[in-house]
Order: sequence, then structure tokens, then C-alpha cells
Amino acid sequence: MAGRSGNGTLPLAALTVDGLQALLQAFRQHGYRIVGPTVRDQAIVYDDIESVEGLPRGWTDEQDGGRYRLTQLGDDALFNYAVGPHSWKQFLHPPLLRLLSVERDAATVRVVPEIPPTQRFAFVGVRACELHAIGLQDRILLGGQYVDPHYSARRESTFIVAVNCGKAGGTCFCASMNTGPKVEKGFDLAITELVGEGPHVFLVEEGSDAGSAMLDEVPHRAATQDEIEAAQAVVARTAVAMGREIRSGDLRELLLGNLEHLRWEEVASRCLSCANCTMVCPTCFCTTVEDTTDLTGDHAERWRRWDSCFTMDFSYMHGGSVRASARSRYRQWMTHKLASWIDQFGTSGCVGCGRCITWCPVGIDITEEVRAIRESPATTEGSS
Amino acid sequence: MPKPRRLKLAVWKFASCDGCQLSLLDCEDELLAVADAVEIAHFLEATRARVNGPYDLSLVEGSITTPHDAERIQQVRRSSRFLVTIGACATAGGIQALRNFADVREYLSVVYARPDYINTLATSTAIADHVTVDFELRGCPINKRQLLEVVSAFLAGRRPVTPPHSVCVECKLAGNVCVMVAHGTPCLGPATHAGCGALCPTFHRGCYGCYGPMETPNASSLTNWLHKLGMDDRALQRIYRTFNANAQAFREESEKHDP
Ligand code: SF4
Ligand code: SF4
Ligand code: SF4
Repeated sequence: MAGRSGNGTLPLAALTVDGLQALLQAFRQHGYRIVGPTVRDQAIVYDDIESVEGLPRGWTDEQDGGRYRLTQLGDDALFNYAVGPHSWKQFLHPPLLRLLSVERDAATVRVVPEIPPTQRFAFVGVRACELHAIGLQDRILLGGQYVDPHYSARRESTFIVAVNCGKAGGTCFCASMNTGPKVEKGFDLAITELVGEGPHVFLVEEGSDAGSAMLDEVPHRAATQDEIEAAQAVVARTAVAMGREIRSGDLRELLLGNLEHLRWEEVASRCLSCANCTMVCPTCFCTTVEDTTDLTGDHAERWRRWDSCFTMDFSYMHGGSVRASARSRYRQWMTHKLASWIDQFGTSGCVGCGRCITWCPVGIDITEEVRAIRESPATTEGSS
Repeated sequence: MPKPRRLKLAVWKFASCDGCQLSLLDCEDELLAVADAVEIAHFLEATRARVNGPYDLSLVEGSITTPHDAERIQQVRRSSRFLVTIGACATAGGIQALRNFADVREYLSVVYARPDYINTLATSTAIADHVTVDFELRGCPINKRQLLEVVSAFLAGRRPVTPPHSVCVECKLAGNVCVMVAHGTPCLGPATHAGCGALCPTFHRGCYGCYGPMETPNASSLTNWLHKLGMDDRALQRIYRTFNANAQAFREESEKHDP
């Protein structure tokens, strides 16, 4: 959906839990596939949800480098946790996608391209950092000369219900990256959950005409001044409770000026080149293409799948991989994300969601790596 | 277009449990297509009929553990145009390579009534340690989809798609929740070669490393983390010493944890 750009207007409507349920029902009546946070396998993942009952009521998460634990607080809150292992790219830019199939018979070869789906998504519970990440992927997959028709078909019809974060995760640093915790643009509706003292309500901000039209279909009332102030306090509290931080103003110069820093060797001794960080990163967009044939040779398929700069095939050219060492692969990942992305796309490629820290099996922490380089710059001559 | 001559396929067994070659028979739905696409010229597990070599494609299962087999693999190589090893035994020496860390004569005296009847080597080694191998398919057992992929790729004259990155990539493609991060369950996935589709993590268990080391394994870093999760030297040595105990990266890591 086309979002209105943020004008800083205050949330104006208030929804009860029943009102939120009515909103989900309205999505279903309009034929949307509703995806939102839900508990599975001891984590909060993004998956199909039927009703508010599917949301992680009373659950929260503890996150640290290489560690994620769910805990039950048993309260009524539906959104009192940070982001989990999944991101919305799971749906907009799927991990595995058939691009085409080819059929051959005695006389002809027929190429059948994959038709993009017509299914529309309603995403419920998109965080500020995630809106920024979607914005980055929009820029890359829709904004240039080559538009990805598969992303475009999924993205343009997606309805976004954003949530202002009421809790900063242990590895979050959106405040450092200026990407949160308050949602500012790119949503159809944005909600702030008020729970605890007073009635359990969701204050709703309208971000697009589609959002306003949808809100009109469900019972709601005007928010009170007290509620509006309480909602502002929620994001203000979250903003000062970030689990991590990065001094981000000069990252490009810092990293590109330290390409031969000894820290790259040190982090390479810990990095497993497992690629988890890139798989969970909501902005990483790289894919590879794999062709397969069957035994008869009469049927072939071309698949696209997520790839990673941590694999050897990623930089393979005739004769070998350009980035053969773990040092060069980690450096490529981090300098692209935080520095050369700016040259390429005009902004940082990191939205401070903390996923790469939490889901790194050995807890490698991008904020810590930046700090280490900052604190002992140019151990050897910096090159550029 | 006239159909070209059907290529001759041979399946060979060395020291192994037969599980990998049975994966071929396990391709129930595709078996007829396989038989249609290639002439099964030598496959004792499936048929006694034998066609003499040379063979276009030889699938070799099992490791080299006897002087006789060390000879026989040379003959197999000579009669094969394209030789593909299948499974952890053939690609790394298999579970029987545990003998490489022990004194095989001691084992013999415990297991056999007449150890002097047994003629065996001190080690169990991969086929590639003895002859040139054209392609290695990993796994204990191999994944039958991957086996079909290897045969199909061979027939089409292309490279098989069997990526050598970590199991973690497959785990994330499947949308799994990481068992190590979210449950504290030790997992060898980050150091292990993909191919199984992250089978164990999908069922909430840690990876056992059945496909051997991935392309750029960093076992020592993973070990440090597993140690923090509570594994002691003995446990660490054991997780690296299973089906791929003799694969270089796992062997070297296990040797650091001699109790
Ligand atoms: S680099 Fe890490 S913190 Fe930044 S957006 Fe990607 S996963 Fe999130
Ligand atoms: S930084 Fe962590 S998640 Fe990323 S490749 Fe290295 S070990 Fe894997
Ligand atoms: S469960 Fe194992 S294989 Fe899956 S991502 Fe975690 S460490 Fe990797």
C-alpha cells in the first residue's frame, strides 16, 4: 500500500482488544493473508495468524549475543517483545522461489515463467526498524532500473499494521541508527499498546488512505489526551532502554579507513562463516540461481534462493573464490552493511534490529566490532 | 532426435552398511526413470545380473579397510569413466574410522575368536585417499534427492547442485528457530556441510555432523561456544568422532580434546 509520509501527527483513535480482533476479521473479509508474531518452538516467529489469540499474549524475550529465551510474564500484553528470528523478507522476498520451468518434447522447448502470486498480505506488528528495512529492500528491488516482479507483486498489495515498540530487546540499537523505536512512515496503520494501568487499548495512527478506510470498518473511539501522552511515553521509554548502541555518524570513514585493521583477523578467528547473520538480516537481499534437470532431461527448473557473502560460491570466479579467507568475508559483510551501502544506496544498510547479534551461533556482535575498531584505530596503515 | 546410447551405471560396495546404495532403491517413484535413463550394469544389492565394464558412471559406497579392497578400488577406477563416492564412509572413512584413533589389533582380539583369520588395515580411509574421485556426495546416509540430482546432472553434463555451505543456511531457508540460540542445544550445523535440509534442527535437535565438515569449517570457535554451553572435553571429542571422524577438520578438532 502507498503510505502517507509521516507528519508527526499524534495517534488519534483508540481500539480495544475486541477492536483489534475486528480489524483482523476485516482483513480476512477483504481476502488478506494475515501474518504476525506468534509463538513457535520457543521463539516469537512471523507466521499466519487467525485471531488475536494467535498473538504472543503475556510473552516476552531476553536477547543477548548468541542467546534468545522466551519468558512468560503472564500479563495481557500482546506486543511486549522485540524482533525474533524471522523478518518480513521471509514473505516479500522468499528464501526459495521457482523462477521458471522448462518442458521439452520431441518437437519443442517450452519455457513457463513463474507467475507472481495474487495473494495479498496483511502484516500485523511491523516494528520501526523493520519498516526501514522494507524501505531499503524497496529501494533495491523496486527502485532501480531492474524491478523484481516477484517482490513487487507481494509488496505493492501488502497492508502494514506497524507497532511502536514498548520494549527494547537486549540486542536492539535502532535509536543509534535513527530507525526507531517510533514508527514514522511506510505504514497503513500504526498502533501503540497501552497495557497495565488503565484499560488495555491500542492507539491507532493512520498512515494511508487504505489504512483510514480499514479503520473506519471497525469499532473505535477517539483517544483521550491522557492516552496520547501515555503512548508518547511508551516510545520515549523504549528509546532510552536500547540493549546496544553504535556511534553511527562517521561509520563509513571509520571502517573504510581501517580495512587492514588487526581486528578483522581477530573476528575471523571466531566467525564460523555459517551465514546466519545474513539470513536473519532484514536488509540482506542477495540470492543465487540454481538450475536443475530431471533424469529424463525433459523437465528443467530454475530456482532462486537466498545466498550469503559468507559462502565461497558467492565470490567464485573462474579458478577460485575472491574472498577465500573468513577475514575477507566478514569484512565484506560489515563494511558493506555499514559503509559502502551508503555509497551504493544513499543510507546505511543496517537498521539496528540486533538480529545478527542474537542469532549468531557464537554471539559475534556488530556493535562490539565497531567499538573495537574505533577504540584502536589504524593498528596497521589504513588503506582505502 | 535419436536417443543416445544408454549410459552404463555401476554401484560398488566397500566397507559400509549399505544404507547409501539402498537410497537408490529407496527412490521408489523415480526408480523406473533411473532404469530408463541408465543401464544398471552392476548393482549387487539390486540384481545379480552383471554387465562387464567399462562403466560410464560408478557410484562407490564404503571405505577402504582391507588390503584386498585397496586393490579392488584400483580396478573400479580403471573401469570407470566417472567415479562418484557416496556417503560418509566413502568420502571420509565412516564410523569405522574410529579405529584410526585406536589400536586395531586390540579390537581384533576382543571381537574375534580367531583374530589371525582377519586380514585388515590399521585404518579406514576415504576412497579419495586411494584413487582420483570425480565427485563426492556427502552424508550418513546420503540424501536421495541429492543422489538423483547427481545422476541427473551427470546425464545432462552439468555440475550437480549440492552446495558446500553450512547446514545453518538450510536451517534458515526452512524458517527454523535455531536450537542452539533459542534452546541452548549444542548443534554442529555451523561447521557441517549442507545436504540434509537441516533435518535434525527441524525436529528440535542439534546437528550431529552427518555430512562432515562444510567448505570453510571453523570447528575451534564452535567448540569454544559448545564448551560454554556445558560440554566437557570428553563430550566434545565424541561429537566430532562420529560418522565423519576421519574428515580432516573434525579429526583435528577431536584430537585437541584427548582426555
Ligand atoms: S546488520 Fe544486524 S542489526 Fe543491522 S539490520 Fe542487519 S541484522 Fe539488523
Ligand atoms: S558473524 Fe556469526 S552468524 Fe555471521 S557468519 Fe560469522 S559466525 Fe555466522
Ligand atoms: S539450529 Fe544448528 S543448523 Fe540451525 S541455525 Fe542453529 S546452529 Fe545452525
